[in-house]
Amino acid sequence: MAGTAASPSRSRDLDKLLLRPGNLVGPTFEPGTELRDDLQEYARILVVGAGGLGCELLKDLALSGFKNLEVIDMDRIEVSNLNRQFLFRVEDVGKPKAEVAAKRVMERVSGVNIVPHFCRIEDKEIEFYNDFNIIVLGLDSIEARSYINSVACSFLEYDSDDKPREETIKPMVDGGTEGFKGHARVIVPGVTPCFECTIWLFPPQVKFPLCTLAETPRTAAHCIEYAHLIKWDEVHSGKAFDPDDPEHMKWVFSEAVKRAELFGIPGVTYSLTQGVVKNIIPAIASTNAIISAACALETLKIASGCSKTLSNYLTYNGVEGLHIKVTEFVKDKDCLVCGPGVLIELDTSVTLEKFINLLEEHPNLQLSKASVTYRGKNLYMQAPPVLEEMTRSNLSLPLYDLMDKVAKDVIHVTGTTGKNDKKTSCLRKLRVVFKGVDGVTDMDMAGGA
Amino acid sequence: MIKLFKVKEKQREIAENANGKTPVKKQSAGELRLHKDISELNLPKTCSITFPNGKDDLMNFEVSIRPDEGYYLGGTFVFTFQVSPIYPHEAPKVKCKTKVYHPNIDLEGNVCLNILREDWKPVLNINTIIYGLFHLFTQPNYEDPLNHEAAAVLRDNPKLFESNVRRAMAGGYVGQTFFIRCI
Ligand SMILES: [Zn+2]
Repeated sequence: MAGTAASPSRSRDLDKLLLRPGNLVGPTFEPGTELRDDLQEYARILVVGAGGLGCELLKDLALSGFKNLEVIDMDRIEVSNLNRQFLFRVEDVGKPKAEVAAKRVMERVSGVNIVPHFCRIEDKEIEFYNDFNIIVLGLDSIEARSYINSVACSFLEYDSDDKPREETIKPMVDGGTEGFKGHARVIVPGVTPCFECTIWLFPPQVKFPLCTLAETPRTAAHCIEYAHLIKWDEVHSGKAFDPDDPEHMKWVFSEAVKRAELFGIPGVTYSLTQGVVKNIIPAIASTNAIISAACALETLKIASGCSKTLSNYLTYNGVEGLHIKVTEFVKDKDCLVCGPGVLIELDTSVTLEKFINLLEEHPNLQLSKASVTYRGKNLYMQAPPVLEEMTRSNLSLPLYDLMDKVAKDVIHVTGTTGKNDKKTSCLRKLRVVFKGVDGVTDMDMAGGA
Repeated sequence: MIKLFKVKEKQREIAENANGKTPVKKQSAGELRLHKDISELNLPKTCSITFPNGKDDLMNFEVSIRPDEGYYLGGTFVFTFQVSPIYPHEAPKVKCKTKVYHPNIDLEGNVCLNILREDWKPVLNINTIIYGLFHLFTQPNYEDPLNHEAAAVLRDNPKLFESNVRRAMAGGYVGQTFFIRCI
């Protein structure tokens, strides 16, 4: 049957999911037209990245009925993007990806509003990210994922029983592809592992020994890394190489070609140069499409509850045959980014020195010789001597003053814990709450927002 | 979660009229791990560390090494460390600021030390790297050359290598290259 008069055929398939009850739905699912309308009106989704995955994500999310989308990306369109970043045309080369992608999707999907942000993710205030209900990641770097993850987790608050407060949870859906492989994962901070809990899932970047590059190059990648890491410094003394500057990249490419000719090594191309320098494996349009589809569907499931979500990490491998696997990773309960940390209540008069002594007596910590850092300020450092001297005068000051008189916040400490005779060093997150200060409720911060 | 989103959207509209929050500095997981590494540093007396940007920027620092034996006895060699926000997933970037005549360090300050590149593991730390750098001065090796000429001299004529090192450290020319005094 057709949908209601107000909704033309475009949402007919979506309606089957949203308007009817089912057996495999999420716990809070309430089917009906109100749900469909609310999704359009109230769900605010941020897409991070407007490259190969980002283009797909914007299109998929718009076609899934989301109407309030924003996209952030710092890159401009290059000719080499056009084969898979299908929202871009030759005449768009040089324009910001976020702006063109937003415009093209709005032209094709009526009723959707996409706000582009042409800037680095770090340029936005932390609060910018808090305005979104779900953050969807279409990125190709670990650094950028780690940053967004730490921002999203910083909104998370725990109650006094170390349970995450639902209204502070900022879910993320993360997609990634490399050639014929890809992954899609759902991160619900405080509930499922965050990016930092499982950072070991990302293989470390292959780094060739510098002396191999200097002396005995054997592959095209060796020649490119020689030009990038050694030759660049030799010629441009002091000037930093910028991987996002096409002129720099062209220079490295031409030097790599010379190097390859000298050693009779084939295979240096411009796109390989970009790939090696930026550690990117060439993207394949269809892999992007598959991963994006999975991510968009998970986003819809999180928002609507129309089905249980992926739990919690999907890997797709199309290299030999086709393998898809879903793995349920577990949280690191002591994760510095998403974990609750240890709750500590203090009087406002407690000095830093007294605080450090308290950590040693605290039954859950027993942390001796603590160094203390708060929001990037090193309050006390046990070593090296140069830092110990610079921070020593803080010891006699009240911790409350050192923490800018906030009623409750997260602080990190490093020290040694000793059980029996075995001393191990550890880094711990603490939720410090000052007693008797206005604004303190029984709920405590988790992430330091 | 749409019910929650709806509530939040209402709150957001109210909050927009209220005063904005103060900007918050974020501390990356890499910064926290580095805080641990630095607060546990245990350096030999031949090495010292400084923080040019003050006590709150641990991500950029300098390490001075003064070898107490071997060819480089008496010299002072300064290394700059740049640590990434995803440390220790990625090794710090280390460069030698002092121009040095050394088989494993080139004239631009690139250092050939396995744990800085191909053999880096997240279980290693800043202390390990500093010890590794220290070893380069007590045991320079000609098998992993970055300065090809210095490596060849060390291999074929250790006596000449020794006098070249002394001349470079005292401030002077070795071949066509001028070295600034570092003793
Ligand atoms: Zn975590």
